[in-house]
Amino acid sequence: MDYNTLTEHLKEQFGAAILEIDPTADIFTMVVESDQIKPIIAFLKEQEHFDFLTDLCGIHYPDQPKELGVIYHLHHLKERKRIRIKAFVSKDHPYIDSIVPLFLAANWMERETYDFYGIQFLGHPNLKRILNVEYLDYFPMRKEYPLEDDTRTDKDDRFFGR
Amino acid sequence: MNSINEKPSYQVVDPPEGYSSPGFFATTLDKAVGLARKNSIWPLPFATSCCGIEFMATMGAHYDLGRFGAERLSFSPRQADLLMVMGTIAKKMAPVVQQVYEQMAEPRWVLAVGACASSGGIFDTYSVLQGIDKVVPVDVYVPGCPPRPEQIIEGFMKIQELVAHESLRRRYSPEYIALLKSYGIQLDNKYTHGL
Repeated sequence: MDYNTLTEHLKEQFGAAILEIDPTADIFTMVVESDQIKPIIAFLKEQEHFDFLTDLCGIHYPDQPKELGVIYHLHHLKERKRIRIKAFVSKDHPYIDSIVPLFLAANWMERETYDFYGIQFLGHPNLKRILNVEYLDYFPMRKEYPLEDDTRTDKDDRFFGR
Repeated sequence: MNSINEKPSYQVVDPPEGYSSPGFFATTLDKAVGLARKNSIWPLPFATSCCGIEFMATMGAHYDLGRFGAERLSFSPRQADLLMVMGTIAKKMAPVVQQVYEQMAEPRWVLAVGACASSGGIFDTYSVLQGIDKVVPVDVYVPGCPPRPEQIIEGFMKIQELVAHESLRRRYSPEYIALLKSYGIQLDNKYTHGL
């Protein structure tokens, strides 16, 4: 298997759902439609034997029309090849299919992504916060929230150039 | 060569103010109790990070907190007199700190060791408690990141001063009960008398 035939297979199978392919990146990278993520990952797992989910995480680009992203890293263990898949959703409608039915390892990683970015994974068996306190009322890794804690009382703004 | 009958050059502990003549010594109960308590504090080390490493040095032979009567660490809050919080307390850990404090018997003291326990330190961020005084009342703060064992010992000696001079009625006072109430900590009825 090489990346050219993989690209052909994917284009043949999913056509317009593959938005962008970048074979020059450090890892073969593609951007896909978020509503097609589950069939695409199922195809990669079952037909192309990318049978190991290395990573799943969120990202926030505030300047993009679809601000929030989910990034998947898959690994072909036999051929030692890796692939990175990005899917973007809008902040008003941050829904994407869960891939827990395909990879059980996605369970906690999707919970973490939900915890920090507020991305809702449809069909996740137990989508609740995993690292932060339960009463946290925002998603702290989104760029619109300040990094600093608002309960801090001993910092004088003058000493920090503010 | 020192003879065995020679008086030692060190003094174990100063006696409190009082009246003495051959055969008797009279002082107030507060002072006698304070003296005893001061020199037998059982600390509960709540060590979460690098300040805890400094505390280990403090307990070691070189600095030896045992010289201050604090040889015996209490790993159960129920027998501890002093809660020593050393290290960053995440917001998820905050209820644990408060629960440990609630399980300690009166009278109890709290020493916040290091910048993180005192104010959050460099971790001014969404996941870290900005000082343990947000969840429990603190008696002495030790600055430093992390503080050296000498500083921890100085903080401990400040606690000893508070212990020695505390009125036996303080824990029953309405101010103290109000202080604990402001942290949402309920006291035993023995102390509150239905307040």
